[in-house]
Amino acid sequence: MAESPFKADIEKVQKEYGEKMTPGAIVYIPGSSVVNKTGGWRVFMPKFDKDKCIRCFMCYTLCPEPAIYLDEESYPVFDYDYCKGCGICANECPTKAIEMVRETK
Amino acid sequence: MPKKVISGNYAAAYATKHARVEVVAAYPITPQTSIIEKIAEFIANGEVENLEYVPVESEHSAMAACIGASATGARTFTATSAQGLALMHEMLHWAAGARLPVVMVDVNRAMAPPWSVWDDQTDSLAQRDTGWLQFYAENNQEVYDGVLMAFKIGEHEKVNLPVMIIESAFILSHTYDVVDMLEQEEVDEFLPPRKPLYSLTDFDNPFSIGALGTPADYYEFRYKIAKAMEEAKKIIKEVGKEFGEKFGRDYSQMIELYKTDDADIVFMGMGSLMGTVKEAVDILRSEGYKVGAAKVRWFRPFPREELYELAKSVQGIAVLDRNFSFGQEGILFNEAKGILYNTDAKPIMKNYIVGLGGRDLTVNDVRKIANNMKKIIEKGELDKEIDWYHLKR
Repeated sequence: MAESPFKADIEKVQKEYGEKMTPGAIVYIPGSSVVNKTGGWRVFMPKFDKDKCIRCFMCYTLCPEPAIYLDEESYPVFDYDYCKGCGICANECPTKAIEMVRETK
Repeated sequence: MPKKVISGNYAAAYATKHARVEVVAAYPITPQTSIIEKIAEFIANGEVENLEYVPVESEHSAMAACIGASATGARTFTATSAQGLALMHEMLHWAAGARLPVVMVDVNRAMAPPWSVWDDQTDSLAQRDTGWLQFYAENNQEVYDGVLMAFKIGEHEKVNLPVMIIESAFILSHTYDVVDMLEQEEVDEFLPPRKPLYSLTDFDNPFSIGALGTPADYYEFRYKIAKAMEEAKKIIKEVGKEFGEKFGRDYSQMIELYKTDDADIVFMGMGSLMGTVKEAVDILRSEGYKVGAAKVRWFRPFPREELYELAKSVQGIAVLDRNFSFGQEGILFNEAKGILYNTDAKPIMKNYIVGLGGRDLTVNDVRKIANNMKKIIEKGELDKEIDWYHLKR
């Protein structure tokens, strides 16, 4: 899986922000909300079928999180730390290469 | 120093000019309108530089625009009254929570219905829990001085909270009186440019405002505001003292005491009605009454310690409330009584509901109240706790 582009931010926030409370609840480190992993909100998860993918980038473009990155061959990679399971990718995929399946834990 | 005969509203407008306010966002409402008209006139005449005036479509938007402007580090001002202030309510919490020292003049006006444009303190007192400092002006001079001090206090690094300067509808807002204004150089020296806690125009250090506060964090942010409010008492006294030393009008007392030293009965209240009460105190004293007046200048933060010191030395306090909390009592009475509960100061306290919706409180009314209080003290018990004094019977 491709590495999260936020990795450096997460480490910086965890190191520098910690328990610091600024007056007015000002957040001085950009991108610091990535420390809150929101994947736990998910009910349905996208299941990807690489054989059907035509690499049109629709899922990558429309993911609101964004929790879809591209690998070296430009295939989508799903980041389940942040994917909330909204299903937009599956709905928009023109070749039905993404299917939403109920997640069982 | 230039003396001018001006209205309370013009006193507020001139103070914003002398404070070199950078952004004004406001929506007109009677009786506040002539404040923002005068500011617009300053711009039209080229009398002010670097002032952005944002005409908005509502008071809610006015406060939202002020919050945005203040977050860029600009010195920001607005003004409103009654229904307009109520419409701002959500944004008032926002300004305080984001620690933005917006200064606003609220011209006290009675809430509708029935429609009224006259003096009543319930509009501003209904905003008491929003985290704004509140200063009640007795006269036009205090409106001018109050606005200048408001910027200095609110913008202080230990405070960073918004400040409301409150004046009475028509009694101050439209009545002309002598106001001793300061020279521009004097104000510049007293009130240097704002040093913001943070600025949206600081592109090298980006940040976000309006973050989520989970149950793990929210509590501490509230404590920070509570602490800043407590700290503000010290800053108010410091700034008030400095103002007195520099310009001869001392504001170091959060409750102004008038002839209370040997008084048995003290009339306590806020705003313009205390001018009448002081006049009445002089007259009653010449008639042999041992009375004094305590004018609560700052309602938030509330000067608990000053109230205790006063309450220790008097037999009775008549609290004159030009406001009412339905289902309870006058708001100042409610607060003052509550503060004294856990102390050894237990004067007899009675609540007189006066002047709602602009009804006049006269010297003769104060005399009647003094006689009533005298009887109560002699008897040692209250006839009633809440007295709707003016009620037509």
